[in-house]
Amino acid sequence: MTKPELKPVIDVQHVSKIYDNGTSGLSDINLQVKPGEFVVIVGLSGAGKSTLMRSLNRLHQVTEGHVLIDGRSITEAKGRNLRQLRRDVAMIFQNFNLVKQSTVLRNVLAGRLGYYPTWQSSLGLFKEADKQRAYKALERVNLLDKVYQRVDQLSGGQQQRVAVARAFVQDPKIVLADEPTASLDPKTAHLVMNDLKSMNQELGKTVVANLHSVALAKEYATRIIGLRAGRIVYDESIQNVTDADLADIYNGDSSVGERQ
Amino acid sequence: MKLPKQTIVQRFHIRFFGSLIILLGLLIASNNFLKLDFSALVQNFDQFLALFKEMMHPDWKSAPFVVQPMLETIQMALIGTTLGTLLAIPAAIVAARNVVTNKWITGFVRIIFNMIRTLPDLLLAALFVAIVGIGPYAGVLTLTIFSFGMITKLFYECIETIDNGPLEAILATGGKRSAMVMFAILPQVSSRFISYILYTFEINVRASTVLGYLGAGGIGQQLQTSLSQFRYDQTAVIILAILIVVLAIDGLSNFARERLQ
Repeated sequence: MTKPELKPVIDVQHVSKIYDNGTSGLSDINLQVKPGEFVVIVGLSGAGKSTLMRSLNRLHQVTEGHVLIDGRSITEAKGRNLRQLRRDVAMIFQNFNLVKQSTVLRNVLAGRLGYYPTWQSSLGLFKEADKQRAYKALERVNLLDKVYQRVDQLSGGQQQRVAVARAFVQDPKIVLADEPTASLDPKTAHLVMNDLKSMNQELGKTVVANLHSVALAKEYATRIIGLRAGRIVYDESIQNVTDADLADIYNGDSSVGERQ
Repeated sequence: MKLPKQTIVQRFHIRFFGSLIILLGLLIASNNFLKLDFSALVQNFDQFLALFKEMMHPDWKSAPFVVQPMLETIQMALIGTTLGTLLAIPAAIVAARNVVTNKWITGFVRIIFNMIRTLPDLLLAALFVAIVGIGPYAGVLTLTIFSFGMITKLFYECIETIDNGPLEAILATGGKRSAMVMFAILPQVSSRFISYILYTFEINVRASTVLGYLGAGGIGQQLQTSLSQFRYDQTAVIILAILIVVLAIDGLSNFARERLQ
């Protein structure tokens, strides 16, 4: 399993987040993720799972503390440095966040935007190697035949797998998945989780996923973290996780999770 | 069954009836203030009939002389719309709150755009005729500014209604804001943008017929000449020409806009 001598690829130090309206999103989160881990975060809606995930690539600004990606602080990075750090962190969203009016290929190539000046990418002048990368990623998720179709012609499951392909071509060190299966049927959910698993096991990417399904969490995770009311209340390797623990994370205090 | 309690505002639809009463009040007040006399319209109807009688005999021989200024009008509208659009696209992006998150910047540029939009096209035409002289150049400048004001507002409001998810996704890959505009914003709005541009072109063709009245080129100038010479037979031909062209362009642009949906 995880080798203790490896340096953490994600290092969250004393992170707190208070929203503008005064509600507390995260309080004093400390978390180290080692390369190659498949971490699943579970907890009630509103426990702060999405907030934590978005703090990792700084789609959310934290109020206090630091997030280090491979030893470099993303919470302090600006401009070009921030963009370079974000290239190492791919993200998969619950709502896919694809441009529905564009083709599958263009959406997948968007994963390379961090590597191009805008005039070049706007004119579609992507390097041949990157196009090959996109085809290969689509082949991996079994959608190569849809390459020139518009995204709005695909089913929800296919759209999420296009988003996975976009994460593939980004060639990140870390893949964040924010409720990747919440809008999918159980069978498609497994396909998407298998895509993540192959990224994790074959390509050695570190995966951090928010999941609502305890069954999926137990099936795919190497480590489970429980979040409640913005605090980490549970953190164990998968071999130590029991069903009673998981039930505890959800039931610990029914008054939490009312935010949003 | 136990339902949650409704507030008084909810139960008596206070917002709806309140707005209705205010609206009626404003209507009555403004009518009293202006002292509108609708009877004048009826009493002077014979004047209108006299004018109409003269127009019933169009001077068809003058028709060939209408073609050139009519084309000039359409060209003015075309160039004005194009220039206005080219300026409006970057302006709208800076004014959209989901692209530029700094409220001071969006607020500031919006005040400027609002000021531009409050200038009526006739005032602009008078200004530009004074600056660059009588002719189509003044008309083009007028329509450029007029289109800019209108398209900018339509565009930034359109940008603010798009799905922001893809914008986030581009930033998360390490893309720049400019890449976000090109990859996530423009594809989402382009068909509506084209529809707005066509709509503005329609309005500009109609507006440019009037602008000529102030000396800003096109068919309006001819309209003004014929009216001042009391050649109502020629006026009739010009009005018919305007009617045909405006209808044709409205039809074409409606057709194109429907196809875009």
